Parts: sequence; structure tokens; C-alpha cells
Amino acid sequence: MSPRSQTLLWVAQRASAVVLALCVVVHLATIIYAMRGGISAAEILGRTRGNPGWLAFYSLFVLACAVHAPIGLRTVLREWAAWRGRGCDAAMWLFAALLAWAGMRAVLAVTGALT
Amino acid sequence: MRGRNHPGWWAFLVHRISGIALALFLPLHFWALGQALEAAAKLEAFLRWTDQPLFHIGMWGLVVLLAAHLAGGLRVLALEFLPWRDWHKTLAAVAAAFALAAGLAFALAL
Amino acid sequence: MSRREKGAAPPSDPPQLLVRVWRGHADGEFQPFEVPRHATQTVLDVVMHIQRSLDATLAYRYACRVGMCGSCAMTVNGVPRWTCRTHVDKVAGDGRLEIAPLSNLPVIRDLVADMREFFDKWARSRGRFDGGNTRHDEFARVAPASTERQQVESGIECIGCGVCYSACDSVAWNPDYLGPAALLRAWTLVNDVRDTAGLERLRAVSGDAGCASCHTHLSCTERCPKQLSPTAGIAGLKRAVALAALKGTL
Repeated sequence: MSPRSQTLLWVAQRASAVVLALCVVVHLATIIYAMRGGISAAEILGRTRGNPGWLAFYSLFVLACAVHAPIGLRTVLREWAAWRGRGCDAAMWLFAALLAWAGMRAVLAVTGALT
Repeated sequence: MRGRNHPGWWAFLVHRISGIALALFLPLHFWALGQALEAAAKLEAFLRWTDQPLFHIGMWGLVVLLAAHLAGGLRVLALEFLPWRDWHKTLAAVAAAFALAAGLAFALAL
Repeated sequence: MSRREKGAAPPSDPPQLLVRVWRGHADGEFQPFEVPRHATQTVLDVVMHIQRSLDATLAYRYACRVGMCGSCAMTVNGVPRWTCRTHVDKVAGDGRLEIAPLSNLPVIRDLVADMREFFDKWARSRGRFDGGNTRHDEFARVAPASTERQQVESGIECIGCGVCYSACDSVAWNPDYLGPAALLRAWTLVNDVRDTAGLERLRAVSGDAGCASCHTHLSCTERCPKQLSPTAGIAGLKRAVALAALKGTL
């Protein structure tokens, strides 16, 4: 990977971090609000189903995670597992794809966009 | 190890460990919520299964890690993008306080 | 082993420092010495006492003894320090000292680290000034209050002692990483209005071997004996390199 691509990874990680900072504040507030008295599927789905606002929010959140987490793991693997080759980069692309796919699947499930 | 005992290094370690934990937790989190795709009852069954002390402690830990990673990340962004000043120990302290406050709020909501 | 420095022994026995000193190469071991404790004694004084009075074969490096040359840095009780200006009082309250060569560098012998890689990385980060003027041109005027000059106000004071490089875990975990001192040097040149190698230098300090691998551990900033902040300079490089990458000029 060229130094320019590596730099763009750094930029992508910082840019996604800014998005995630906003998302996580909302997420933490929602978690603490929702946990009062225990959580139930009906309560979660009642909040999220058929709401385009939550659909947009969680889609953005998931995609920002899919960008942010693999770039961070790549650095960790390079530094703490000395895995530095193309295999590591490829694994991180796969991990990004997994997060994006599983994450969007979850978003569609809880917002009911598919049902 | 003795050379690493200063706030900046501890802030880094918390950020890295929380980042790894959260990255590994994400696929599990998404899989669990994806249960609702098949039926709301499947998600409900999963939530009931996790409604026990061991999972509560785990969830509390994840909330603290998420809050710590958020606050620690804002600390890194502040150091990298704002004009440099001698405030990095204050930033680390504020980040730690935020993570603990979020953990307390979650524990009270449990 | 207990022969005293001539004239140094006061009438009653002075308290002794227990000093463990690294001997040999990477696979060496610590050797214990007892050194008389004196008021206003530096770690370098202790090392010199051992070499002059207890074991003449001890290898170590120093030159100026006043914190200018940057040659006497060693690992003192686990922390990299300039030994000529580190008082024993400050680091050995319990009367014990453990002195080792700088880490993150190969050991030549005893307390002497091989600084080659450290300085090679200054070259690799294009730490050399490239000017466009000749002796026939006017002197360049750099306004002391200009932003660029202010940015490097502290960075240009680096003495190249290697303490930050030895303290940096990114260096330990990523052998290609250029390290705090070389990157801080590059940052001073990026801000030098006379320099003509700007873009080439940004390329040299970009990516995983360059500023992107700084994770703000701040160990360099914590340990720099001149109280410089390489982290601040590296943050500046990160922004400059990111901007160039986004513009497509990198």
C-alpha cells in the first residue's frame, strides 16, 4: 500500500471518528434511557420500526463503524501481532465488508425497512 | 514499563484495549439485532436469555468501554487538530471522568 | 571494588548508592556497584566514578556535561534520561540506581547504544535543509512573529539525544517508524520558508512509517529533557500530510 493510501486510511479513520463521536453520544443516551426498567424487543422495535429518522441514523452509524474499526484493527495487528503484509490489509477489507453487511442487516431488521 | 507510567500512555492503552474489545463485540451485536429480521420473538428470546447478572456486568463493561473510547477519541482529535497547548493531562482526566460517569448512569439505570 | 576516589572520602563513611549497571551486549546482565553518595551528584557523575575508580572497562558516552551535546542519554531506573543533568536526588530517593543503555537501539557494549538507525531515520525523513538561494542572494528574512517561525520555536532546540526515540512505543512496535526526533526535525523544515523540498519531505514522513503511526502516547513529550513536544510537531505533520493526500499532491 502506498504512503498516500496509508494517509487516506488515517484521514478516513479521523473523519469516521467525528461521525462516530456524534452517533455514540446519541447511542449512549438511548442505551441508558432504554435500560431503565429493563429492555424488551417490543420496546426496542416500537421505537425504531417505521421511523426513517432512526433508519438514517443507524445506517450512518453502522457505515462509520465499518470504516473506523478495521483501520484501527489493522494498526493493532501490525504493531502487536507483527502481521504487516497484504494478507492483513485484505483481512481488514473483509472485516469491513462483514461489519457493513451484518450491521445493515441489523438496521433493516430493527427498523423494519424490509418487512 | 516504568517509562510508560504517565497519563498519556495510560490514555492510549485504554483507547487501544477498548477499541479492540468494541471491534470484536460489533459482529456479535449486529448478529443479535439481526434476529429481529426473522421474528420479533427471536430477538425477545435472546434479550430474555441475556437478562441475568453475568450479562448485566458484561453490558456495563461495554458501556464503560464505549464511553472511554468516545472520550479518549475526542482527546486524540483535540491533540491532533486543535492548536497545541499544555492540556493533555487535563484531557486524559476529563476522558476518564466521562467514562466513569457514563458507567454510573448505566449502573443506576440497570 | 571499594577503592575510593582520592580525596573524595569525607571523614565518616558517606552513604552508599547501590548501582546496577548494564554490562555486555544485548544478552548481557546488570553488574552491582557501590558508589559513595554525594550532594548534587548527577547520574553521569556516578557512571564516571564507576569507570574511573571501580572498573575501567566500563563503556559509556558523554561529551559536554552541560546538556548541550545530547550524547550521554541512558536508561535510568527504567526511564530514558540525559544523565549529565539528571540529579541522583531526583531519580534515586531510595539510594538505588539501575543504569542501562537506551532502549529501541542495538547495544554496542555496556551503556553505549548504536545511534546509527536513529540518525539514518533523520536522513530518511528528509531532515536536511534544502535551500534555493545562493551566496549571491539577499539574506532571507524570517519574521520572528510569523506563524511558521512560532510553530517551530521549541522544535529547533532539539539536541538529538535519542531520549524520545528510546521512550517511544511506536518505534518499539513498528521498526520502520521514523520516530519523534526525526519527525520533529522534518516539522521544523516544513515550516522553514526558505526550504524548497516541502512536498518531497511530506512524502517522506507520510504513511505507516511516518506520522500516521504516532498514537499520541506522549512518551516523547513526557521524557524530552529539553521539554519539547515532538507530539505537537507530529500532529502538524499529520495535518499537512492529510491535506496533501486529499488534494492529490502527495
